[in-house]
Amino acid sequence: MSIDNAKKPYLKIKNLTKRFGKFTALDNISLDIFESEFVCFLGPSGCGKTTLLRAIAGLDIQTLGSIEQNDTNISGLPPAERDFGIVFQSYALFPNLTVNKNVGYGLENRKIPRTQIKSRVEELLELVGLPEQGSKYPAQLSGGQQQRIALARALATSPGLLLLDEPLSALDARVRDRLRGEIKSLQRRLGVTTIMVTHDQEEALTMADRIVVMDHGLIEQVGSPEEIYSQPKTAFVADFIGTMNFIPGIVTVNGAVTVGPAVIQCGTTTFKAGDKIFVAIRPEDINAQDIAVDDNNVIEVEIRSLEFMGSFYRATLGGGAFANSDVYADFSINLMRRKSVEVGNKLPVRLPSNFIQVYTANGA
Amino acid sequence: MSDAALTSHISPQPVVKPKLSRDDWIMRACMVGIGSLLVIFIVLPLYTMLSKSVENKAEEFIGLANFNEYFSTPALFQSAANSLSIALISTFVVISVAFVYGYALTRTCMPYKWLFKIIAVIPLLTPSLLGGISLVYWFGNQGVAKALLLGETIYGPIGITIGSSYWVFPHALMIIITALSITDARLYEAADALRTTKFRTFFTVTLPGCKYGLTSAAFVVFTLVFTDFGVPKVIGGNYNMLATDVYKQVIGQQNFQMGAVVSVVLLVPAILAFVVDQIVQKKQVAMLSARAVPYAPKPSAGRDMSMLIFCSIVALVIVGMLGMAQYAALVKFWPYNLSLSFSNYDFDVMDGGGWEAFWNSLEMATYTAIIGTVVIFYGSYLMEKGRGFDVGRKIFHMLAILPLAVPGLVLGLAYIFFFNNPANPFHFVYGTIGILVLVSISHFYTVSHLTAVTALKQMDPEFESVSASLKAPFYKTFFRVTVPVCTPAILDVSMYLFLNAMTTVSAVIFLYSSDTTLASVAVMNMDDAGDIAPAAAMAMMIAYTCAGVRIMHSILSRGLIKHTQAWRNH
Ligand SMILES: Nc1ncnc2c1ncn2[C@@H]1O[C@H](COP(=O)(O)OP(=O)(O)O)[C@@H](O)[C@H]1O
Ligand SMILES: [Mg+2]
Repeated sequence: MSIDNAKKPYLKIKNLTKRFGKFTALDNISLDIFESEFVCFLGPSGCGKTTLLRAIAGLDIQTLGSIEQNDTNISGLPPAERDFGIVFQSYALFPNLTVNKNVGYGLENRKIPRTQIKSRVEELLELVGLPEQGSKYPAQLSGGQQQRIALARALATSPGLLLLDEPLSALDARVRDRLRGEIKSLQRRLGVTTIMVTHDQEEALTMADRIVVMDHGLIEQVGSPEEIYSQPKTAFVADFIGTMNFIPGIVTVNGAVTVGPAVIQCGTTTFKAGDKIFVAIRPEDINAQDIAVDDNNVIEVEIRSLEFMGSFYRATLGGGAFANSDVYADFSINLMRRKSVEVGNKLPVRLPSNFIQVYTANGA
Repeated sequence: MSDAALTSHISPQPVVKPKLSRDDWIMRACMVGIGSLLVIFIVLPLYTMLSKSVENKAEEFIGLANFNEYFSTPALFQSAANSLSIALISTFVVISVAFVYGYALTRTCMPYKWLFKIIAVIPLLTPSLLGGISLVYWFGNQGVAKALLLGETIYGPIGITIGSSYWVFPHALMIIITALSITDARLYEAADALRTTKFRTFFTVTLPGCKYGLTSAAFVVFTLVFTDFGVPKVIGGNYNMLATDVYKQVIGQQNFQMGAVVSVVLLVPAILAFVVDQIVQKKQVAMLSARAVPYAPKPSAGRDMSMLIFCSIVALVIVGMLGMAQYAALVKFWPYNLSLSFSNYDFDVMDGGGWEAFWNSLEMATYTAIIGTVVIFYGSYLMEKGRGFDVGRKIFHMLAILPLAVPGLVLGLAYIFFFNNPANPFHFVYGTIGILVLVSISHFYTVSHLTAVTALKQMDPEFESVSASLKAPFYKTFFRVTVPVCTPAILDVSMYLFLNAMTTVSAVIFLYSSDTTLASVAVMNMDDAGDIAPAAAMAMMIAYTCAGVRIMHSILSRGLIKHTQAWRNH
């Protein structure tokens, strides 16, 4: 999904810094979010995702920096004067109120006639797939159902911005998978600008239009799921998302890298000769089929172990240029049948240069 | 001025100043309001009392001269030593007994646990004086079991120790039961798996597991006994204690300055105990893990039987105290005419306040419960759920914790100094039922506040975030969600306030007037005048009332929980 760059951003975050005492939880963050976009904040626990979301909501106001929503500066405004709906991991449903009352809670103080509230609540319950459950109490519903009610409550007042803080983390795997799809399609249908915080890369990759990868209070990369996955800008992103092999090497003069005895061709434009680097490649990009004699980046390796993963085998490769750095490669069942791939065998593999990323090894 | 302008020019980003919403303003204003009440009704009176202790009768500053005089009066100094030794002995007795009793209730399969739990609560329903009165009938000059003392007199250290131990027992027991209940069963499973002997498990797992609870209970007991006034007044005879000294100085000799000095001496160990307890409790919280598995005891015939015997003895002592007071209240003329009648309940023909004292108590306790619950719960809500204003909330918390460190007698005396001054704008409450309500709420503030805070902390902190995002004003969420969800805690607080207001002597002894005599004060005055049987009868009136309120409370809690908390049953 491409974002029209001419479009004006709906939410403009500029130079945001948040400190808790001496600790800097967010370090000069800038980010634009466009209308109707589904953005995921992704990163390991403690990296500042929730802090950023709460700053956007006004629940914990940033130390420095500004936030503009819909061309209005909302930097210091209290939550009640901002326009958003929010869903938490804990659901935070009012336990003593029925589902109807929970969903209608935000409508009650807007001088809307009762009948209209009632029909709006029904409409919302329909929307989240829980009609007929209105008279129950939250404790009578399953976790997944409660989270849907929380979503309905957040959407009831038709906010311009929907904030979700790890909404699926408290649910078990199967419910989580189903809700992922439902939330995503609901968001598409309503077109509400949405920010979701998660530490689960799969969740971010499947749901987001754009992913903001964060670490230690900094943004590491912003991009579509495909970009983030195939062109990770930093070693952190490469390592955090999916599986990535890091093979140590040294840059030679002509934009190539020596890895042990082998020379690997890759775009090393930003590095100087002699720089220590990591050659990074994903297991599924390591090629063992149709290798021609004059192909470059072909290395003879040994199969150290094989792990059956269902639809493919994950091989651990070593020896040759890889020496003792274990490198994973994914081999299809088909390949396994055609070639005699067995533990202890030697095998030529190719590292296609267009799938290779190079990261500095300094400080790593 | 120009400097500030300059730096803001150079610095590219000014610190974001959060704008306060209308809700923030209201909440802060209310919190500051309740905080000011705490300052007016606790801090300022204490301050006045402290300054009185360094003044002479002409209200001139004389430094520590009063203290010098105090410490050079051997009789007064002796009182401090007496108070200290009685408090230490009682602490040892009560903690040992309460620990075994609590252990039996939580860690064994002893039968009739429910009955022992109910009996243990009895002393909370009676004024501390009742124990003393009962002891007079059991072991006094004309007591039925006087021979058991082998010639020793009950009027003195023995009586004070037994009487004090009786009424502080449930206080210690509650803390110890909590400590014993939070221990993680997995520790015992591990000990079992390692084939540790029961004996070793007790010393390596059980005791360390509740050492904070035990320490805390010990400090509570020590402070209660050290500062109590009722028991030594009734059964102390000529054995002087600090608390009775304060009373004598103030009521007997009208020496307010010296009363203030003794109060300060009384306050010091109470504050010390309080500080240590605060530190200990912080550690205890850290021990609690959310994933702890509750311990389920297994039957063991020998242990369960010996526990049953032990608890039965303790229960018999408690029932014996209450039973003797009841018997004495009904007996016509002890020990000469043991036929039963209600003549001792004819309070109006006796000095001490008559039936009016009882109705005053009822009225005072009701006001204390209602006003106290509203103010305390709302205050703890504002402190716990307010946004920002961290400094204000910290100060509020400290103010709310402070009353726990102040003995009732000391607070009562401080109230005289503060409110008796005609220049004080609050002087008008002096001599009314209002000041009794105020002193009771203030004196019992901390425990109520902490109960409310605990309940509020258990609520999802995001309720407030969600309501703000839905633009619901805070009071809407307060009334529609917070109050209903916290109803059990609110009822607990109101009952706690009622029972304590009904039974307290020390906080109100200096503050009642002839129109506002209270039942507990009447017990003391009738006892003083030698009308011991009517005193017992009045003490029993308090006990019936408290028991009735407690029963009503449990029925009401159950009903309300069923009604407003239907969601809990699913
Ligand atoms: N109220 C707070 N006071 C102090 N430190 C905080 C507070 N809230 C968050 N932090 C710290 O800020 C960092 C980021 O927290 P958070 O945004 O919650 O992380 P996450 O990415 O897991 O959501 C963490 O190291 C956390 O300990
Ligand atoms: Mg988080």
